[in-house]
Amino acid sequence: MAGDAGRSGSGECGAVRTAISALEVRSVPSLAEALAILRDDPRTPIAGATDLYVALNFGTLEPRRFLDIWSLNELREITIDGSKLVIGALATYTSLIRSPLVASRLPMLVDAARQIGGVQIQNRGTLGGNIANGSPAGDSLPVLAAVDAVVVLRSAGAERRVPITKFYTGYRATVMRPDELIVAIEVEPVEGRQWFRKVGTRAAQAISKIVVAGVRAPVPRIAFGSVAPTVVRVPQTERALAEGSTIDDAADVLSREITPIDDLRSTAEYRMRVATNLLRRFWMDTG
Amino acid sequence: MKFVLNGTGTSVDAHPMARLLDVLREECGLTGTKEGCGEGECGACTVLVNGEAVCSCLIPVGQVESAEVVTIEGLGDDHPLQHHFMNEVGAQCGICTPGMIMAALSLGPSPTLADVRTALAGNLCRCTGYSAIYRAVLKWRETQDAPAPASAER
Repeated sequence: MAGDAGRSGSGECGAVRTAISALEVRSVPSLAEALAILRDDPRTPIAGATDLYVALNFGTLEPRRFLDIWSLNELREITIDGSKLVIGALATYTSLIRSPLVASRLPMLVDAARQIGGVQIQNRGTLGGNIANGSPAGDSLPVLAAVDAVVVLRSAGAERRVPITKFYTGYRATVMRPDELIVAIEVEPVEGRQWFRKVGTRAAQAISKIVVAGVRAPVPRIAFGSVAPTVVRVPQTERALAEGSTIDDAADVLSREITPIDDLRSTAEYRMRVATNLLRRFWMDTG
Repeated sequence: MKFVLNGTGTSVDAHPMARLLDVLREECGLTGTKEGCGEGECGACTVLVNGEAVCSCLIPVGQVESAEVVTIEGLGDDHPLQHHFMNEVGAQCGICTPGMIMAALSLGPSPTLADVRTALAGNLCRCTGYSAIYRAVLKWRETQDAPAPASAER
């Protein structure tokens, strides 16, 4: 394969459509070295590759220069630090599913992880990758938004913490700088019953048409995916429910608060209908 | 770069961003691993890396440096699960079969039908309707998990 001029235009049906030879990658043995490279020579981090290699296969991969961080085991740990649940950015969905700490602290993240792809994807996809990829349909993102998770960004010189609700600035756009790496996600203890639901074309595989996570607290915490350019909390709906609105009124508030669109996976009308139905189901199931 | 392929140390001269799938098929000549969708939906390219089922079309080969990779060829031609697939007619056109078998290998002990469905949720079959596949996997595990005095499991 070395020196292969790439498979583009080879006419081979189904073959990779981005020329491999056009790609450049560095790999590193430690986080410190990874951060030094990002400082001096910014490039796209690659870990489980479950999104980036889909783009590679479809010929839509834009980055050409990569930093392979898959082997940085120091970013795989799931621990408790003081009151916080701390999930390393390279924790895979499989490790989230198997983690007793996640099961007890954030069971709806286990629910979400179980519904992300098949086992093969769960074994490779990482929580940090889902955040960095920034798809509005990312299944872990409503869970993280509903519990006000904090994204820990580290660069060679500094570390900063950004609430996930302030992490995205637009469609697949984030506050991350090129020299920063997502190293962990922090979640404070969550009071109230957690609830997650994903609606896709089939049960455990498809990309979401709608995804929602909720916490039934005195002021409910509710976040949706696939209804706006980024994952969104719905504060007006939350407030309506907290102030004792009927679920019908709250559903009306929700329908004014989200802006689903037509795309290849679904229609705005369907998404609006399902979003309001899911709000009702959340309220019923957790009541 | 080096990795262990079906139990044997292997060295390949490959770009680190080459897909594991392509290296297996074109460099190593192991064409049992199939390419299907190229997006992690169909599971036809499933192999085991350090015992875990993964889609080889979504893996830069540089990431399996020093790892253990097992493909369908690593089972030989006489694995009990392969016989169950034949006996239950769990294969028709055969494209999904290597991936189905590799995914099924990572099942835990005494799986239920629901466990098998979950383990194979990432593998699509357009021929069989899945029932025969689930039956083959369940029968394999029943015989494997039974306290057999002289198991032929390899």
